[in-house]
Amino acid sequence: MISWFLRRMGQILPTLLILSFGIFALQQLMPGDPALILAGEERGDPAVLAQIRAELMLDRPLLEQYGHWLWRLLHGDFGFSWRIRVPVGELLLDKLPVTTQLASMSFVIGVAIGVPAGVISAVAKDKPLDWLMNAVALFGISMPNFWLGIMMILLFSVQLGWLPPSGYVPLWEDPWQSLATTIMPAFVLGTGVASVLMRHTRAAMLGALEQDYIRTARAKGVVERSVIARHALRNALIPVVTLGTIEFGRLLAGAVLTEQIFSIPGFGKLVVDAVFNRDYPVVQGVVLATALIFVALSLVADILYMLINPRLRAA
Amino acid sequence: MFRRIALALLLTASAASAQNLRIGLREDPDIMDPTLARTFVGRIVFAAVCDKLFDINARLEIVPQLATGHHWDDPKTLRITLRPGVKFHDGEAMDAEAVRYSLNRHLTMQGSFRRGEINTMESVEVVDPLTVLIRLREPSAAFLAQLTDRAGMIVSPRAAEAAGRNFGLRPICAGPYRLTERVAQGRIVVDRFAEYWNAASTTIPRITYQVISDSTVRLANLQSGALEMVQSIDPDDVAAVRRNTRLRINITDELGYQSITLNVSNGPRAQTPMGQDARVRAAFELALDRQVINQVVYEGMYSPTAQPVPPTNPLHVPGFQPEARNVERARALLREAGVRTPLAVEMTVPNSPDLRQAAEVMQAMLREAGFELRINTMEFASSLQAATRGEFETYLLGWSGRVDPDGNTWTFMHSRGPSNDGRYANPEVDRLLDTARLEQDPARRRDLYAQIYAIALRQDRSRIYLWHRKNIVAHSTRVTGFTAVADGLIRVQGLRLQ
Amino acid sequence: MSHASPARRALAALLRHRLAMFGLVVVVLFVAAALLAPWISPADPLATSWSAIRRAPSAAHWFGTDENGRDVLSRVLWGARASLMAGVIAVGGALLIGVPIGLVAGLAGGWLDALISRVADAMLAVPFLILAIALAAFLGPALENAMLAIAISASPVFVRLARGMALEANTTDYAEAARAMGNPPWRTALVHILPNIAPPLLVQATLSIAEAIIAEASLSFLGLGQQPPAPSWGSMLNSAQRFIENAPWLAIFPGMAIFTLVLALNLLGDGLRDALDPRSARR
Repeated sequence: MISWFLRRMGQILPTLLILSFGIFALQQLMPGDPALILAGEERGDPAVLAQIRAELMLDRPLLEQYGHWLWRLLHGDFGFSWRIRVPVGELLLDKLPVTTQLASMSFVIGVAIGVPAGVISAVAKDKPLDWLMNAVALFGISMPNFWLGIMMILLFSVQLGWLPPSGYVPLWEDPWQSLATTIMPAFVLGTGVASVLMRHTRAAMLGALEQDYIRTARAKGVVERSVIARHALRNALIPVVTLGTIEFGRLLAGAVLTEQIFSIPGFGKLVVDAVFNRDYPVVQGVVLATALIFVALSLVADILYMLINPRLRAA
Repeated sequence: MFRRIALALLLTASAASAQNLRIGLREDPDIMDPTLARTFVGRIVFAAVCDKLFDINARLEIVPQLATGHHWDDPKTLRITLRPGVKFHDGEAMDAEAVRYSLNRHLTMQGSFRRGEINTMESVEVVDPLTVLIRLREPSAAFLAQLTDRAGMIVSPRAAEAAGRNFGLRPICAGPYRLTERVAQGRIVVDRFAEYWNAASTTIPRITYQVISDSTVRLANLQSGALEMVQSIDPDDVAAVRRNTRLRINITDELGYQSITLNVSNGPRAQTPMGQDARVRAAFELALDRQVINQVVYEGMYSPTAQPVPPTNPLHVPGFQPEARNVERARALLREAGVRTPLAVEMTVPNSPDLRQAAEVMQAMLREAGFELRINTMEFASSLQAATRGEFETYLLGWSGRVDPDGNTWTFMHSRGPSNDGRYANPEVDRLLDTARLEQDPARRRDLYAQIYAIALRQDRSRIYLWHRKNIVAHSTRVTGFTAVADGLIRVQGLRLQ
Repeated sequence: MSHASPARRALAALLRHRLAMFGLVVVVLFVAAALLAPWISPADPLATSWSAIRRAPSAAHWFGTDENGRDVLSRVLWGARASLMAGVIAVGGALLIGVPIGLVAGLAGGWLDALISRVADAMLAVPFLILAIALAAFLGPALENAMLAIAISASPVFVRLARGMALEANTTDYAEAARAMGNPPWRTALVHILPNIAPPLLVQATLSIAEAIIAEASLSFLGLGQQPPAPSWGSMLNSAQRFIENAPWLAIFPGMAIFTLVLALNLLGDGLRDALDPRSARR
């Protein structure tokens, strides 16, 4: 187990290093001179410009700049937002609970719909119910979620007036309002997750149901339902758990469009706003943060996979 | 049982919100420092947080606020008496020293956008704790009006000294509310200041300014009750709001305008045919049909214009009207200027749906004249910063306007004007602007502005004025006591929430 | 050798798969619409008409007109170009970059393999839309940059696929024998691996194109892809939000277009997977 973990870290650390260099290098593509932008009103003054350039080390070779950038990063310094002069790390921490809440709700909805649907679909294989579920899942994957979001606002906020069309209320401030503002975007995101999970659960269940030992259990006369529940389901859940963890990681960052439409101040909205603000440090910060979260969750997924998969555990 | 709990929770939720007035803003304010701020939506929040020496009322008359009165000892000396018992948010008392400090800050601080507004001020003297004497370099008809806006906002000297350039993060002023929370591009929360000098006029404990740049979403929030008030509604949503019996709408002519700033000499981006040749700029303007844009994008509600001063202002120049669209002449001018068509021009457009659509309509019109317009969408406050740096070719910018025409012209057209993003400089125009500032006779003053427009706009084509907008404020019937003033601000004194 | 080659058998299986066929037909229709747009469009997609703003669908304008008086049907047809270009060209680029790199990684092994795998991992760690947005931020909003971003984000999948196939194929007896006979590894690759790699690549490419189309629409929706006035389904949806109550057709038609095309591609991809990949015994 330890050796596996060390090997995994041996893969992750170089990955992170390459990733950080790539994100750092993005800055070179940027039009314009950061010193001019940061100097603000004092940009006519060469002394000020020189001072800023020295601070940012803009005149040093690329690798040296990268080294210093990485060093600051490891100390938690993600740089400063050009627009409002607050540390990027602070902005990220501000938005993290929001995005986490949205991602969690979407994940719960996705699992609650997707996994049972997949199980039912596998058990009712090739019958009309299976076809219907497959169709719905396919629809879910193909539906552009920003379209779904707009349509939902039209129905539930404008026509029916049941839910607020946008905005976000934190959970600890007002649970009911919080639920009201996040249920629609969570549903929009959750349907995507549900569709993916449904298809994979179905495939895993089918695979599990055809295993020899299931057939043996059936031959022995064990009741169908307990066969499903105890043997097939448990094994089928393995890939689902690992996939689900990765889906959750994707939710944390991939909610960009949904956050935009519903005005939820999470990571997605942060990065889109940063683009229109030409606030490059924030863009870099969000890319880094989401990548880090994703890598961490993949590691968790791998560990979970190791723990639940009985065959691997024996090894 | 469950239903009763749910009902109770809902009631407490709505009761809590009944104490909180939520106002929708169309953009995120920039820095909340009256010396450094440039955005109009910032002024809306300042109306709650920072009181000024004077204010204007619905009849556009100058009325006392932090000052109780003024007197011109001579044309260059203004004596202002201050209100006693005014406290800043940090408990410090406002006195003449604080006024002197604030005015000097507006005049001298590095990067101040107020400098252009009050640079006729030479010095401020403290006569006694409640009287200041302002000495001007020359007589100015426009000076007093400048004190009804940010240049007249008084800040706590102690807090300003301590915070320096970060004062905008937690402004300490003397307004009815104090700023307690700000989420960038999210919301600004202000809480009632109990020791406000006019505390009886404010009853609402908390105001939240929500930033919602999408006009549809803003309206939807108002209709669903998530907001009680919205600073600005799009013209094509007016009908829907009128139909809604739970909403009220207030439409006033604005004091300002929508215009296109042209970069004629601010940095390398001005080194283009558009930036260097007035004929090219003239062709650009002649390709536009303001009335059509107004009709298509704004349901015809706005008023096309060629000058910065609206018709409601007595100093509007009646003879100076927009030229009719003339594609042939535009093409001829481009040929004369020797440019190869289609000529690529970039327009920086703040990221709001109506401005984007207006830009697209202009794009189609300009194509017929031989221009290829590229639309560069940017968030509003960032676009202001970029424009100051000269990172634009043309910039679709609005100005909320001032009572006095000097407030709509000097800072933009004078070579030393801080808001003159295009860095247009014409000594004759400078001279005329400085003269117009001092001229007391309205007819002569109007004539001076007519001359300014003839040179700066028709001859030099330094800016293109498009239309005067309407301030459209909508609110729920729960909000009472709102008086609409042509400056488009939401004054919180007198507002009540049922 | 049986008289029906694996390719022909797969093709037969595919043709029998009705849903996949339906998907294929729809995709072909969209491609045809995109290619023939200049000829079959009833109007110039950029032609504005100030008097015909936001007209509901009618005989004159089957899909109605938008907020600038442009014919929506024409814009939807031309918009297919942006979407399909983003899909096909971007994914094509991803294939051209990803497959050779993956093959090299799989065949060469050692530190080169490790390096390439880590780079691919790094790229996969960033959620695709965020990566595309970041690139658009630094490169500027334009359809070409959006396609570049999509291509970059889509390539790691192909790198992994090609590498996996290369590793597997390298261990077959046939390949070992070939190596023993002195054949250089690149020849082994070309002769033995590439024919086998085509089926899973085709499946993945189809699914990646579907993702790429949604990606292009998303970027244009945010204002970071195809710039106005050039038509793109995503930017049409963005403008449509303002008029959702009064002119819902502005949102319905572009949305349906994206949905239909993506659905068709997913059906086709699923069908291809069932027909070509013997290991996925789903039916």
